[in-house]
This record gives sequence, C-alpha cells and structure tokens, in this order.
Amino acid sequence: MSVLEIERLTVSFHRRDGLMRRIAIDCVRDISLAVARGEVLALFGASGAGKSLLAHAVMGLLPANALAGGTMRFDGRVLDARAQAALRGNRIALIPQSVAHLDPLATVGQQLRWAARRARHPMTTPGAVEGALSRFDLAPAVAGTFPHTLSGGMARRVMLAMTTASGADLVLADEPSNGLDAENTARVFRCLKSFAEAGKAVIVISHDLSAALKIADRVVLLSGGQVAAEERAGAFAGDGGALSTAYARLIWNALPQNGFSRVRHEA
Amino acid sequence: MGSWTAFVLVRLVRLALVLAGVAAVAFLLAKFSPVDPIDAYLGPDIARVGPEQRALIAEKWGLDQPAGVQFVKWFSRILTGDLGWSVTYNAPVADVISERFRSSVVLMGLAWVFSGVIGFSLGIWAGARPGSWSDRVIRLYAYILAATPTFWIAILLLIVFSVGLRWTPVCCAAPIGLLPEDVTLLQRLHHLLLPLVGLSILGIAQIALHTRVKMIEIMQSDFVLYARAQGGTTLDIILHHGVRNTALPAITVLFASLGELFGGSILAETVFSYPGLGSATIEAGIRGDVPLLLAITLMTTLFVSVGNTIADVLYHVADPRISSASETWRGVAE
Repeated sequence: MSVLEIERLTVSFHRRDGLMRRIAIDCVRDISLAVARGEVLALFGASGAGKSLLAHAVMGLLPANALAGGTMRFDGRVLDARAQAALRGNRIALIPQSVAHLDPLATVGQQLRWAARRARHPMTTPGAVEGALSRFDLAPAVAGTFPHTLSGGMARRVMLAMTTASGADLVLADEPSNGLDAENTARVFRCLKSFAEAGKAVIVISHDLSAALKIADRVVLLSGGQVAAEERAGAFAGDGGALSTAYARLIWNALPQNGFSRVRHEA
Repeated sequence: MGSWTAFVLVRLVRLALVLAGVAAVAFLLAKFSPVDPIDAYLGPDIARVGPEQRALIAEKWGLDQPAGVQFVKWFSRILTGDLGWSVTYNAPVADVISERFRSSVVLMGLAWVFSGVIGFSLGIWAGARPGSWSDRVIRLYAYILAATPTFWIAILLLIVFSVGLRWTPVCCAAPIGLLPEDVTLLQRLHHLLLPLVGLSILGIAQIALHTRVKMIEIMQSDFVLYARAQGGTTLDIILHHGVRNTALPAITVLFASLGELFGGSILAETVFSYPGLGSATIEAGIRGDVPLLLAITLMTTLFVSVGNTIADVLYHVADPRISSASETWRGVAE
C-alpha cells in the first residue's frame, strides 16, 4: 500500500508585475506519483526541474508566495496543512542537502536531541545520543562538536542519525550525494536502502542517475516541472532497450559510461 | 593559549595608545579654546586682581611655559594618579569623578540592562514574523525613537509625568532639603525613574532594530527550514535557534553603544538635574574647569574603549566558529 500518493500536484509562485497585476508562474505541473513502504523511489531531474519544490510541498514548507494545488495523501488520509504540521518530523522526515542546514551555534548532540524531541521520541537515557551517532560510524566526541568542524560526509551522517531518531516512515532525501566522494556516497545510499529494508518509504532526490539507480526500485524523471517518464530501475541496463519511454532512453544513453550519445535511439 | 596572551597584550597597547592620543588632542583643544584657567579660578574676584598678580599665578602654575612642557607635566601627573583640582567643586578631580560616577553608574547601568533586555525581546518578536502587525508597530516605535533627540524625550517626559500628572519629581536624585543619609531607597528609585525611562527608551530602539534584522535573516536560513521539517514549532525555533544566533550580534551592539549611552546620559542628567557624571561634564564646560573636563574626557575614552574591547573579546569567546576551531578539529577523527 502506498504511504504517499500525489495526484496532479502543481506548485506556482505569485509575483507582482508592476503595481496592479499579479502573475503566477507554475514551477511544478501535474505531477502524480506514489511510493510504497519498503520502496526506494528516485526523483531524477536537472536543476530547476522541481525536485526540491516537490519535497517542500510534501512537507508543507513552501515559501509564503508559493501555492500548491492538487491532492496529496499520506497513509490514505488527505495531507493538508494541518496534517502536514502534525506529521512533519515524526512521520515524514527530510534529509537536507548540506551542513548549512545545521545550526552553526549548537552542538551536534544538542541538535540530535532537539530533532528527537520534535519527533516526540525524546532521547532521555544517558548515552542515547552517542549510541545514535555510533550507528553511523561517528565517534562519541562528535556530539560535543559544532557543525563547522564536520566534513560533508559526516554532516550527512549526522542528519541520517537525526532521521533515524525521528522514527519517520517516509524519508525524503534531498540530493544525498551532493558534494560527497564515491565512498561516502555509497555509505549514505546504503543507509537509505536500509531505511527501505526496515519498512520505510524512501524518496531520493538526485541529479546523479547512476548513483541513485544502485538503490532505487523505481525512477521518476522530471523535466521542466513535469513528469517526463517513470521507469523501473532494472530497465536502465545495456542500451536501454527495456526502457518504456524515449526520454528515459535519451537520458540513459547520454551518461558518460553509455557513450555520451546525443542522438535519439530508435526503439 | 599563547594567542590569547598576545590578543590581550595587543588590546592593552591599543588602549594605551588611544588614551594617549585622546589626552594630547583634548589638551590641545583646551589650549586653543578661549577658556583661561586663571579667569576660571578667580571667578568674580577677577576685577580685584592686577596683571602682576596674574603673572605670579601663571608662573606658579607653570602657565608661562611652552604648551609642550605643560602637557608633559600634566600627563605625567595623570600617570601617577593625580588628576588635579576641580575649581567648580573645590575638591580633587578624582573625588568629584568617583562620587559623580557612583550616582551615574546606577542610572547608566540600569538603562543599559533595560535597553538590552527589552530591545532584544522586541527585536526577536518583530523579526520572527516580519510584516506582521506586531512587527509594524515595533518597527514604527523603533524608527521614531531612533530619530528622536534624547533631550526632547526627556523634556516631554518631564512635562507629562512630572508637571502634568505629578507622578514623578521634577528634578534631582533625592528630595530637596533632605540630608543624603535620610533619603530612603524608595525616594531614590522614585527620582531615578524618569531619567532611567528617558535613557532606556533610546537604547531600546537601536538594539531592537539590529536584533530584528538579524532575526529575519535567521528565520530564512536553511537550518530554520530544517528545524521546521523536524516538526519544530515557531516558539521552539525562536528559543533554540533565534535567540542563540541573534544574541551575539545584539550583545556586541550593546557594548559598542556604551559611548552613545554616555552621551545620552549627559543630556538626560542635565534636563532632570540629576547629579551624575553627565551634569558634571556640562558644569565643568560652562565654568572652564579644565582639569575636570580633561579627566572626564579620558575617563569616557576608557569607558568606551573597554566596552568595545569586551564586545570584541565576547565574539571570540562565544562564537565556536571563531574560537579555537583548530582545537576542536583535533578531537574529532573520522
């Protein structure tokens, strides 16, 4: 059963044009998708394709001048602003892109505790923070440090620890491989895969298709704020003959390891 | 730790240089001013003293010597702790300053704390929801007060609360005609109230505006977005992220504003006839009391410089990004 169902989601921004006119710009149009428990869904698209906006729309964290249309359902219930406020953090978790998403003036341990308390699973037992960190190969000393001392990979693992502490059943990872080397990327993706294996639904937002394919079950390709294709991850193989859409084949064959091809392959 | 000793040493040397520079400039200004120390000393007796006697006084005081020699003499006396004699109060300058400072420090200290606490709270409140009604009201209040001269506010307060409503006394630090030992704490506070309000109101505006801008920036930051995604409520976010991140700049502004506080106290004390350092400054200026005026100048310099230094040191101590980032690095092995 799907944890999250999105039907015809549209996100538009309002902007004043001159004094009187207000114009709306659609940044996400008619996106429909669903993700089930134990499944990893990769959202792939270039910058500006609307990937992060989609994540923020699900969490109810769009800026004030943005308007979301369409319907979203979480566990079968309509996901409106009130539901979002209640589910944010404790059922739906976001793993942001960079260290800048950690408060520079609070220690890692404090922020981990806050995240757990906000998710209504407070860490009260001594050593709980250190235990949560050690699960992600982070030394207990990390709890006392400030975010500026963390490397990109460590920061990502701290955020993974915060997500685990929240106990959420839907995890949205925004560009989890951004700025990481191959080893750290593999580590982070293994973690996300383990979330899915533990019964959570995972949405990986990425512009690194080959990295995302290693753990994804399905891939939704976005382009210009719309769904351009939806494919099984297993279909991205060989010359892409198993892919059902021309767009997916085009993207697949444009990857460096697949020959950088820019011509459209005939099915 | 070696860097800390160097840091403090550099600060001390800088402070000494600033004091010496201010001393030289203030002395020169006093020299070039039309104030004549002998006239100031004689006062009304000026008519009964002939040119020969004036020359004798000038010789005794060393006023016949070149300005450079006079400065060296005065400054070396200052260094030994002798600030000179105040003609206005007929007492040693050091005594006048310490007595005046004691009544001023209560006024300025309380005004400083109030403007800090109230200004910071208003700034946080306004900045948490920019564009809301509370923000508009606080901003309007802050803009108006930031553009209002201290003495005008002081006079307005006097007219309304002392003259019109008769809630507060019109002047002084205690009821007139009472011996200092007979004045109760309540009477002191009653007299302190209006000058305190006048002085605090202005400090509040500045701190509130600085805090508000910082707070707006914090509320739009990525880490506040993440805190929201974790399910943090607005109050939770304000308390854990807002206050933490805006406190440092606010404290810095607060310490850096000590100079303005001193300037404000001169005007407020004059309007309320409050016997503090501020009114002594005005008195010394009007009566041509050069030793007192120069000593107050040096003291103000010390006061403001120390305030700025504290602000500087606080930033280094309190911000983990500036303080010993390298030490933390070593403790964490990936």
